[in-house]
Amino acid sequence: MATHNTSSPPIAGANRPLSPHLQIYRWHLSMVISVLHRATGIALAGGLLLFTWWILALASGPEAYGSLRGFLNSPLGLLLLLGWTWSLFLHLANGIRHLVWDTGAALDLPSVKTGGVIVIAASILLTAAAWAAAFVL
Amino acid sequence: MAEFTLPKNSKIRTGTTHPAPPSPKKPKTFKIYRWSPDDGQTPRVDTYTIDLANCGPMILDALLHIKNDIDQTLTLRRSCREGICGSCAMNIDGMNTLACTKAIEEIDGDVKVNPLPHMPVVKDLVPDLTHTYAQLASIEPWMKTQSPPPSRERLQSPEERAKLDGLYECILCFCCSTSCPSYWWSGDRYLGPAVLLQAYRWIADSRDEAKGERLDNLEDPFRLYRCHTIMNCTTTCPKGLNPAKAIAEIKKLMVVRR
Repeated sequence: MATHNTSSPPIAGANRPLSPHLQIYRWHLSMVISVLHRATGIALAGGLLLFTWWILALASGPEAYGSLRGFLNSPLGLLLLLGWTWSLFLHLANGIRHLVWDTGAALDLPSVKTGGVIVIAASILLTAAAWAAAFVL
Repeated sequence: MAEFTLPKNSKIRTGTTHPAPPSPKKPKTFKIYRWSPDDGQTPRVDTYTIDLANCGPMILDALLHIKNDIDQTLTLRRSCREGICGSCAMNIDGMNTLACTKAIEEIDGDVKVNPLPHMPVVKDLVPDLTHTYAQLASIEPWMKTQSPPPSRERLQSPEERAKLDGLYECILCFCCSTSCPSYWWSGDRYLGPAVLLQAYRWIADSRDEAKGERLDNLEDPFRLYRCHTIMNCTTTCPKGLNPAKAIAEIKKLMVVRR
């Protein structure tokens, strides 16, 4: 085997299989949040399209605005809005966590666990608060 | 690039189930990744049931028990059996750790054993670490000085020495690097947590005089900055070290010297 190791490039050599990774790795909270951070970032970029539609509708007069409102008040529209608000708050809360990490703080395992729980809780509470405010005001 | 599925030659099939010993007192089943370069087949998972009454307490004890008494073709690296050599690093029950320091009792149900993730497999539980070692060599993990050598040792205060605590203990088992999704997707260019912790071990050493050169070599969108603080490295380190923190300290030094 020693000759294999030195004489062939490590990745392509000897038709070696790639050992399993995502298929077998045990998920934990900070790994999940890391994936969610990226996914919500993408969702927020998608949400900008809705924002653009909203601005265009505002500029185009009552008829266009009415059809936008119709869409947003449909079950699908409400679900998308809920998803986008939650995405915003999760990305925001975890973004702040990244800023704290960038100072070198809160990188020990107990803090990482606590921070993860706080980020998830904050995203849910802020979303609930935003929707409560939207319906009350 | 991120490829979430395994290439065709790496897909895992169900392998052999070896018979359990007759009337075991404490049966435990192990599902172990197998691949041989010699039979031209894809990897498989073999099932072994052993009696824990005839076996030592650690996963390594079980693997060697299987190798000695059930299936001599099972291939793995091991040496010190006390968590200081790093040879028996593998993925056990979904987390990377050392087989010699992981107790069988800690695992409920069947024990799944795989090689370190997202690495080329040499055989069974033995990954090819050639590329990772080359990355380690690239950060020049030795003391570099310009000042003339003193007549005795290069001295260090207790405070300066304390800065190496949590760094010098790394045994280079690469559990952390191979737990890192960034290293999975970009390991050809990203150095990974183990090598970056080593890099910081020399940057943090008061006797080393190549700090600027070391930081220059790390200032790269891939070599250093593929770390996205996923924290798999620190979560999995069998020595309780914190590679993520070491990487954060390197990033801070990059900002400070601007």
